[in-house]
Amino acid sequence: MIEFYAVYVIVLRELKKFVRERSRLISTLARPLVWLFMVGAGLSRLVSPKAGMPYTQFIFPGILGMTILFSSIFSSISIIWDKEFGFLKEILAAPVRRSSIVIGKSLSGTAVSTIQTVIILMLFPVIGIKLTLAQILCTIGVSFLVAFSISSFGIVLATFYESYESFSVIMNFIVMPMFFLSGAMYPVRLLNAPLRIASSLNPLTYGVDALKNTVFTLREGPLSPDFSLGFDLLVIVLTSVLFVAVASRFFERKG
Amino acid sequence: MSAVIKVEHLTKKFGGLTAVDDISFDVEEGSIFGFLGPNGAGKTTTINILCTLLNPTSGRAFVGGYDCVREPHMVRKAIGIVFQDSTLDKDLTAYENLAFHAYIYGVGRAQVRERTEDALRFVGLLDRKDDLVKRFSGGMKRRLEVARGLIHRPRVLFLDEPTLGLDPQSRTNLWEAILELPERHGVTVFMTTHYMEEAEVCGRLAIIDHGKIIASGSPGELKKAIGEDLIFIKTTDNASARARIEELSGLKPEEKDGELLFTVQRAESVIPGLLKTLAGTVLSIRFERPTLNDVFLKLTGKEIRPEAQEDSSIKEEVRAYRRRH
Ligand SMILES: Nc1ncnc2c1ncn2[C@@H]1O[C@H](COP(=O)(O)OP(=O)(O)OP(=O)(O)O)[C@@H](O)[C@H]1O
Ligand SMILES: [Mg+2]
Repeated sequence: MIEFYAVYVIVLRELKKFVRERSRLISTLARPLVWLFMVGAGLSRLVSPKAGMPYTQFIFPGILGMTILFSSIFSSISIIWDKEFGFLKEILAAPVRRSSIVIGKSLSGTAVSTIQTVIILMLFPVIGIKLTLAQILCTIGVSFLVAFSISSFGIVLATFYESYESFSVIMNFIVMPMFFLSGAMYPVRLLNAPLRIASSLNPLTYGVDALKNTVFTLREGPLSPDFSLGFDLLVIVLTSVLFVAVASRFFERKG
Repeated sequence: MSAVIKVEHLTKKFGGLTAVDDISFDVEEGSIFGFLGPNGAGKTTTINILCTLLNPTSGRAFVGGYDCVREPHMVRKAIGIVFQDSTLDKDLTAYENLAFHAYIYGVGRAQVRERTEDALRFVGLLDRKDDLVKRFSGGMKRRLEVARGLIHRPRVLFLDEPTLGLDPQSRTNLWEAILELPERHGVTVFMTTHYMEEAEVCGRLAIIDHGKIIASGSPGELKKAIGEDLIFIKTTDNASARARIEELSGLKPEEKDGELLFTVQRAESVIPGLLKTLAGTVLSIRFERPTLNDVFLKLTGKEIRPEAQEDSSIKEEVRAYRRRH
């Protein structure tokens, strides 16, 4: 059972802070734009489009995945700030189930992350991708699910760290590798065996693959998605449930 | 009266350090119970266990009849807490902090606004309700936190040094409000403090040092247990007065700053006889009851001092660091 008002008020708090902190919106939107237009545009001269599509188009779902990854993790990691500044005690002492707290926090990350992903998604005409309305809606729906799973993963991460000094550790050693091994910048199937295994354990891999499924109609060739949309969604949903359960358990654990 | 808090042989160890060492006590429903002790005595640790934020190493604790370890959810429903360190969200307004609390503590949607505004009025912050908490002074934040602890009308309210950092005026106001809680709202108050005047108003006190309860009882009982009243007397001829007193009562007065002083069981019943005996020679006479400070001094061998403001220099560093990164 989930306490509706607890979830509501946790999400509301995040949205209020998000709206107030405009620099955060700008910096999280700047990153995908830099990758799309600077890195992507540069690399597209190197990668020939004969594989099925221009490189900038190929990385577009990956860039959506990046937007989700960074803003979801950033939002969830704010729990470390809440620990540091005491607010987490206010939440943990409240008579609400730990799972409601985790779901509230995950939905907070999901909300801010989906908003930003939709903004980036609307750039599709600029890079020459054609999307039908149905594709756009599916992509937004998938983004929402991916954002939820990555946010809940971020909460599991946050339970391990006590201070914000760990923030850069998390960014450099967990988030960046997750991005590169997700198939965002190159198809996973091009990787060698050990990296391919690492990538198959990466929750973002299935998210990026699901986004490739909804953004592209291409179903074969070297740049096509690695798995079916159904399989991707199954993994995303199952891992979300797992992460929420684990995080709830960790929150109940006390010194 | 029944016990709303029950603690049995509670122990908490942090590695090799025993922060709470086999303590037991009961708190009666509708009373004000005080935990008095120096820094590091284990007060906050005990509160954290009672509030379900920390599991004990051994022993049991019950709040409202519920086991703090096995039924944390039921315990949480019964309590309100004002933590020693600030737990406000400084990027939200005063109103938003309190409304957040009301919702998460299950105050019905229809009542959130009214309760929140009442609470803000109660601590005199209603006119600042839409200001961000980061623009508040330390004392305002403290008052806001106390208001927040009351918003959901808890059965037991934990106050960990509630008046920390308040000016005398606000402290008095807050105390008046706290004192009303048991009668007006049936709230049981469990508080910690370093201030003797505050400890005086508690129905019962437990004095804790190095994790152990070394004495407990009402302030009156505690004072009685350690001793007697001290009489100070000044006469025209101290030497002969001293001889008379010694002769009559067998007491051996000391002389200090021109005054004779000695202890008796009940000063008020000794003084009339004394005035008669020393008729005509007494210049002044007064007596002092033992204070809680004396109790504390006698039991722990040290003075209790209000700690300096919370560790604000470190917090400031943290904030500065955050800004840089
Ligand atoms: N999380 C922790 N890890 C390790 N030691 C701890 C922890 N929390 C408290 N302690 C130790 O336990 C002891 C009791 O601390 P506690 O905070 O309960 O004291 P206190 O009575 O509240 O003191 P104060 O008046 O300074 O608030 C101290 O020695 C403290 O260093
Ligand atoms: Mg303390």
